[in-house]
Amino acid sequence: MSRYYLFQDAKKCIGCHSCEVACKANKNLPVGPKLCQIITVGPKLIGNLPKSGYTFMPCFHCENPWCVAACPTGAMQKREKDGIVFVDESICVGCKTCMSACPWGAPQWNAETGKVVKCDYCKDRVDAGLKPACVTLCTTHCLHFGKPEAVPQIRRERYARAMTSLD
Amino acid sequence: MQNEVYSLCFMCSVRCPIKVSVENGQVKWIEGNPHVPGIEGSLCPRGAAGISLLNDTERLQSPMIRTGPRGSGKWKKANWDEALDMVAGRLNEIIEKHGGHSVAFGERTNLSTHVSKTFMKAIHSPNHFTHDALCKGSVNTACRSLFGLTDAQMGMDYKNARQIILYGRNVFEAIEVKGVNAISDAMESGARLTYIDPRVSVTATKAHRYWMIRPGTDLALNYALIHVILNEHLYDTEYVNRWVLGLRELREFVRPYTPQWAEQETGIPAEEIVKLAREVSKDKPSVIFHMGYRGASHVNEIYLRRSILILNALMGSIEAKGGYFFKKGPGEVGGKPARKLIDQDLPKVDAPRFDKVGTADFPLPDPSHGVGQMLPFAILNEDPYPVKALIANRFDPLMSIPDANLTKQALEKLDLIVTIDINFSDIAWYSDVILPESIYLERTDCIQQANGLKPQMFLRRQAIPPRYDTRPAAVIIKQIAERLGIGGYFPFETMEDLVRWQLEGTGFTIEDFDAKGFVAYTNKQILWDRKDGIQFKTPSKKIELVSSLLEDAGFESFPAYEPVPSDSNGRFRLTIGRCALHTHVSTQNNPYLSEIVPENVLWINSRRAAELGINNGALVEVSSSRGSGRIKAYVTDFIHPETVFMLHGFGHEAQSATRSFNKGVSDSALLENVSDKIGGSPALHDTFVTVKPV
Repeated sequence: MSRYYLFQDAKKCIGCHSCEVACKANKNLPVGPKLCQIITVGPKLIGNLPKSGYTFMPCFHCENPWCVAACPTGAMQKREKDGIVFVDESICVGCKTCMSACPWGAPQWNAETGKVVKCDYCKDRVDAGLKPACVTLCTTHCLHFGKPEAVPQIRRERYARAMTSLD
Repeated sequence: MQNEVYSLCFMCSVRCPIKVSVENGQVKWIEGNPHVPGIEGSLCPRGAAGISLLNDTERLQSPMIRTGPRGSGKWKKANWDEALDMVAGRLNEIIEKHGGHSVAFGERTNLSTHVSKTFMKAIHSPNHFTHDALCKGSVNTACRSLFGLTDAQMGMDYKNARQIILYGRNVFEAIEVKGVNAISDAMESGARLTYIDPRVSVTATKAHRYWMIRPGTDLALNYALIHVILNEHLYDTEYVNRWVLGLRELREFVRPYTPQWAEQETGIPAEEIVKLAREVSKDKPSVIFHMGYRGASHVNEIYLRRSILILNALMGSIEAKGGYFFKKGPGEVGGKPARKLIDQDLPKVDAPRFDKVGTADFPLPDPSHGVGQMLPFAILNEDPYPVKALIANRFDPLMSIPDANLTKQALEKLDLIVTIDINFSDIAWYSDVILPESIYLERTDCIQQANGLKPQMFLRRQAIPPRYDTRPAAVIIKQIAERLGIGGYFPFETMEDLVRWQLEGTGFTIEDFDAKGFVAYTNKQILWDRKDGIQFKTPSKKIELVSSLLEDAGFESFPAYEPVPSDSNGRFRLTIGRCALHTHVSTQNNPYLSEIVPENVLWINSRRAAELGINNGALVEVSSSRGSGRIKAYVTDFIHPETVFMLHGFGHEAQSATRSFNKGVSDSALLENVSDKIGGSPALHDTFVTVKPV
């Protein structure tokens, strides 16, 4: 796996799609490819309350990425230093094998270039000490990015607060 | 060459502070201003789509003069002198023949509104209006009736609130980034969110309590809540005794409005209503019954908004931590606000307004905004006099004023329609002359006087030169003024000159904004003393439940509740609203935003849809007394059977905006142009429609 952890605090997410738009703006992408996407599931009644899930779907940057194995040209690569899986567009021939190989639908088609484009955790931003575009703009700050050991223990702390009585 | 510019977003009217990264004259990245608490990098999707707007080749690129019939889409490109000369020449003729008051200027309230107001006074016209009445005129009037101050002079301390009650105020879709984060933080610290709406919005899915209320009956719910609060003595006695006038009359008035009565009207179980009143009162005064952002649903809107505000008054939450606060200006700390052109010595205008606001016909709406939806009537009936010219600045009467066909008939009667806009809006498409405005990234704007718990000033700064042949609206207005011989009121050449002029005497300079994009008059939050220091501006200096504003104008403070019957003809009450991806009628052609939400659909209750033979996703025809349209049905259990819902802002007619042209249906084509004649808002949820399969 990559050395990074991108965590979505789904309880805080409002499904506004700011992450998707930020990603496209940063990569100057045309209409079509979505390198990350919010998928809304619901609403559904849970007890007597309507609830929806707003699930953030980027690339998972697999330990053993099938897209890399499937790519015939070597365009799809795993970065040595931190495990980020990215596509080198100059080598991509647009064969779409990676799109078929990925179980999560992460590689996307860019009709303008005739090549595949994919979430690379904004590696140029990460290299410059910044967070990925989606994480930076997230309306509610529900997206977190960093070394796994440095990502805040939001769920644990929230649960502790909910179950601890000071009375 | 790389630089960063602190500025203000203008993808909607909230004006979130932003940081713009520019490289070799190109905007590379926009993020929320990291120095502003509650923003810290964040931007909503519309803000994130700013670069998409900048790069959009379909936005207006040069002045245009119509060559075919109105709405035919036949244009010739013009240069600025040609277009401005033509506008000024035609305005001159109209003013000479019919007087200055025959010119109307409508705009979406913006930082340069003082420039356009100055322009209108200088030509002796009282007819400046903003979109505000269409959105929240009745909220404004309701606030003045109780506190003597407008809604714009009040804020909410979400972050410290313990209870937040929202009446269709869809905070998590009609996004204001700071507000979203403050509410989210409050919830994280244990605040309870109650959401009341006939439809399950995103906000409903985040609430602790959700009530699918019968559409149009929120007022009944509130009267029952007040009934319980008074009966069980759940109010803040000390606060109410000190600040509230008219409790006795209120108590008498709500006596018949029991929770059991409200259950029949609203569909919300009586015991649930009692439970909410008891639960909320435990957290007083850190309680926010939200007065609404848009308050334009019903013809008795002002009484709904008053009832919400009265609940806050009873909780003692007006000027309280975790409740409402009055926005503090620089005067509180001995500072001076930025100057406005309207402060100059300007001609006095005696003619009544086109909407008759301020006359016996329409005494109470705020004349500083007017009532825009009266424009078609004024033009068609020449009442109080003929209106001959309209300048529309970032305001689209065709999509924002109910009954587009009526509006169109009225526009047909005008001798001149000029549009200042960034996009091919429907009104631009229908205009005689289009004067294209530089977008927010391409222009400096007037000072934002950001009053609040801490008075501050923010500044929108030009990040890059205009990409096309466009100009800031304030400069355009000045250049028309010069051609009309009133240029003396506009002592600036550039926006930077104007900002420097505004800042004279404040102790701040334009350079002071370089470091963080804003300046603060103080670092401390100012809350008035709840015992003696709250400065209500009513004649009594108290909260007037029995309102002198209303009563002096001949209106009741507590008119009896009029029941809302279900429609006996099987029609649906049409309701409209927002999503996170679009702002009113102005973003539907944005490439990135239209990609995610390209059209509106008609939410319809599953049972009702089944009765009508309508399947999910099927095309249906929706018709009212005013018009009809075809739209896809979204069949769901999560909307009340008596209403159908659609997003506002779709169904554009301007063909040059190809991504929004003919996508979905415009609510303005269906809605009847009826208003709350006391408060001033249009009643956008009082039109009934039929729905049938196509």
